[in-house]
Amino acid sequence: MSESLFSKKNMKLIKDPLNDDNPITVQVLGICSALAITVKVETAFVMAISVLFVLIGANVIVSLLRKVIPSRIRIIVQLVIVASLVILVDQVLKAFVYDVSKQLSVFVGLIITNCIIMGRLEAFALGNKPGASFLDAVGNAFGYGMILIVVAFFRELFGSGTLTLPVVGKIEILTSLANNTGYEHNGLMILPPMALITVGIYIWIQRSRNRKLIEENH
Amino acid sequence: MDVNSNKYTIGFSIVMVVIVALLLAFASEGLKPMQNQNIEREKMQNILKSVGIEVTRDEAQDAYNKYITEEIVLNDKGEQIEGDAFKVDILKEYKSGGQKNFPIFIYESEGSKKYIIPLVGKGLWGPIWGYIALESDKNTVAGASFDHKGETPGLGAEINQGWFQEPFVGKKIFDESGDYQSIRVIKGGAPEGDKHGVDAISGGTITSNGVTEMLVRTLKIYEPYLKS
Repeated sequence: MSESLFSKKNMKLIKDPLNDDNPITVQVLGICSALAITVKVETAFVMAISVLFVLIGANVIVSLLRKVIPSRIRIIVQLVIVASLVILVDQVLKAFVYDVSKQLSVFVGLIITNCIIMGRLEAFALGNKPGASFLDAVGNAFGYGMILIVVAFFRELFGSGTLTLPVVGKIEILTSLANNTGYEHNGLMILPPMALITVGIYIWIQRSRNRKLIEENH
Repeated sequence: MDVNSNKYTIGFSIVMVVIVALLLAFASEGLKPMQNQNIEREKMQNILKSVGIEVTRDEAQDAYNKYITEEIVLNDKGEQIEGDAFKVDILKEYKSGGQKNFPIFIYESEGSKKYIIPLVGKGLWGPIWGYIALESDKNTVAGASFDHKGETPGLGAEINQGWFQEPFVGKKIFDESGDYQSIRVIKGGAPEGDKHGVDAISGGTITSNGVTEMLVRTLKIYEPYLKS
């Protein structure tokens, strides 16, 4: 390999999706699942891990095969690879974290249609080496997972007054306030529209801090 | 080699499909025992929940063996027949013709005996199910637990919450003269002292009606057994 895996160019592959080129807030891909599974931090976390696994797997496999995949059926090949990885994830979740898999229900299967994955395969993995594709996958999956967890944090905290973290379990934060002072949880936070608004607020804050992202007015 | 020729494309597809199929088949077979165990333990948890015993999934097996002393299969006349009650898929029994099997689970602890009956029905968006436990008089409700696949959060989905399930305790499924009444979920709230009604969920009418329908239809099947 002529350049090191952690060269400046490669580090950019990881850093960009976290901010300047975030798949959800800048490219607006993968929004549907971000709305659906961000009611609890734990489900968002497991979803993020699942997408990380699928995206890394698919990106690296497609990148390895990029010279042997017939271009006419490349979308089908990509879909088959993604679908197989997703089915694997689904089976593993059912066997090891059954409760979480029940909450994620159809959304694990819908990772197949997550635009981020197909987007990265088409835009990156087909034209780059496996090492770079791996980093690209990690970057994008973290960019996606970060938004999921941030959104889930606010939705769960204000919607249910708890935080359900993986391994640690459920932590009651605002529930005593709700029981003693007449504070009411915002039930709207649990419903999908509030996820969209939370993502919107995130985009607003992100753009106010990162001027590059603001389109010019014509 | 020409990557874009027809021969190559077809060959590539075949090889890919075979590899993927093998891989997934192995994964599925390998993980199946663990997945089935999860499903079984969840069922045990739900059965125990109807008599007020909350256990984690890991404890479910032991607790189930300890408290559930008898599993009985009934036919549609309420006579006891041979069979493995735990393995009966009750949804299939309603659909299938011919010989039907209806399971009933008997809980025994410290001299008290309870009869646990599985329920299945339809909510607004999908299936709902649950277990109802009767005291040893086979009439008074000792507890109920319901769950659902995808009812509306905050409305129909509330059937798996304690505030909806607790009022079932103490209700009766037969009236004083011994006629079958079942238990109904009543919109607008059950009147004070109603022995056969509990409050419905505001905004969750169809799910509430689904619970009523499920109770009326299912408990009727067990009527001969419960009266014997």
